[in-house]
Amino acid sequence: MSPPPDEPAATLPTPPALATTPLDAWHRRLGARMVPFAGYAMPVQYDFAGEMAARCRGGVLGEHLHCRAQAALFDVSHMGQAWITGAGADAVLETLVVGDIAGLREGRQRYSLLTNDQGGILDDLMIARAAPGADGTQRLFLVVNAANKEADFAHIAAHLPPGVTLTPLPARALVAVQGPAAAAILGALDPATAALPFLGFATARLAGIDCLISRSGYTGEDGFEISCPAEQAEALADALLGFSALIPAGLGARDSLRLEAGLCLHGNDIDPATNPIEAGLTWTIGKRRRMAADFPGAGPILAALAEGPARLRVGIRPEGRAPARAGTAILNEAGETVGTITSGGFSPSLSAPIAMGYVRRDAAGDGTKLWLSVRGQRLPAQVVPMPFVPHRYIR
Amino acid sequence: MPAAPDIRYTRDHEWVSLDGDVATIGITDHAQEALGDIVFVELPEPERAVTEGEACAVVESVKAASDVYAPLSGKVVEINQAVIDDPALVNGDPMGGAWFFRLELDEPEAFDALMDEAAYAEYLETL
Repeated sequence: MSPPPDEPAATLPTPPALATTPLDAWHRRLGARMVPFAGYAMPVQYDFAGEMAARCRGGVLGEHLHCRAQAALFDVSHMGQAWITGAGADAVLETLVVGDIAGLREGRQRYSLLTNDQGGILDDLMIARAAPGADGTQRLFLVVNAANKEADFAHIAAHLPPGVTLTPLPARALVAVQGPAAAAILGALDPATAALPFLGFATARLAGIDCLISRSGYTGEDGFEISCPAEQAEALADALLGFSALIPAGLGARDSLRLEAGLCLHGNDIDPATNPIEAGLTWTIGKRRRMAADFPGAGPILAALAEGPARLRVGIRPEGRAPARAGTAILNEAGETVGTITSGGFSPSLSAPIAMGYVRRDAAGDGTKLWLSVRGQRLPAQVVPMPFVPHRYIR
Repeated sequence: MPAAPDIRYTRDHEWVSLDGDVATIGITDHAQEALGDIVFVELPEPERAVTEGEACAVVESVKAASDVYAPLSGKVVEINQAVIDDPALVNGDPMGGAWFFRLELDEPEAFDALMDEAAYAEYLETL
């Protein structure tokens, strides 16, 4: 049996200079299997023992289903956090992203895209507007992908005029609490959090720790992302773990949850060669921005919108039990290659394989029959709407 | 007291037991543990001739797919439909009910060259 490719072969030396999150020791105490991801040692899944084993048997399936049924904590401290501050910070950020940031109200967060001049997606990110600083200047809080954070911050910094400052926050931890019990858990620590709407952003005091919280996540469930100083991350995580509905969950469950929710993973489903229209992310382009056509790549992106893109990101359900992984070729009924799977695996909630990928526009309609080329066999599949599992965001 | 069954092992974490010239093959407890939750198993077609070291089955966890190799050369004479129907069996009973396939060996004496339990345990220590 060959080792699974996403886990390091045990005989390989530990990569040099693997960074750790502030919760590294905490994960290991809880039975985490640590793997390298985006330059960090990260928990991929847990082998629970003792009281935690009574909550959940652990493993990707167990952690995934526990998040859908109750709540799970994900350490996402590897992601990049930063402030952009200064007069006109929103207008400056708008020169780099497709979204309406000037129209983003205080206490609200928005999903957006950094694009290049060709219309490709450099990264996807969350942008929130905090209360203005003491001098009245704007404060925008950013969360970007771990693998892209250095490039993103360099890109943003290179485009800032004097007076607008990017401040990366490497000394802050970020944890996500996701699942139907998340609101009750945070509400018990700070009752004000219960009033936070979907994509709301606020300060909160949780277990005596000053945090920045947003009502958002990457699972399709209601939940929160909580930023706190690195040195207080263990105390926060322990306070959260004091609630018996909660378990820690690893990157394995995080990936299967986001795939069920139909959410893109940058580097897999979107990248600098993908434009927002074919990715099904047209909704991220603010109406005013579309009219003004003033974001990077506006020409090619608006052309794709007007003409219809050549290919589209779609949901795919293989008919049998065999998962179809990223890179799998997609064929139409005539046997022509019409696309490629970009994320694929097994859905614990549906107990069936699911995938997303790009297909030629004529093969993108819901219900279109396709073939997937898996290990030299052709497996029947069908285009289906996403999400695969309905979102349960609070509205 | 009956002797413990003679089970042999490969460096790729397959186990093999021998009855006459028919070998039963599965993946070890270490393998299922490393893979995590198993959600799909694909087995070779009966009658297929396989060569030692040839990839002839696939086991997939939620995370990834892995090949299973023929530990010895021979012809596939039986496959275990139960693990196809319920892949989680491999996590629950890897060394017993979740065997993968049976091979009629070309050279049954090649079995003796595979690692015994003690050698496999020693090998696992090196990983």
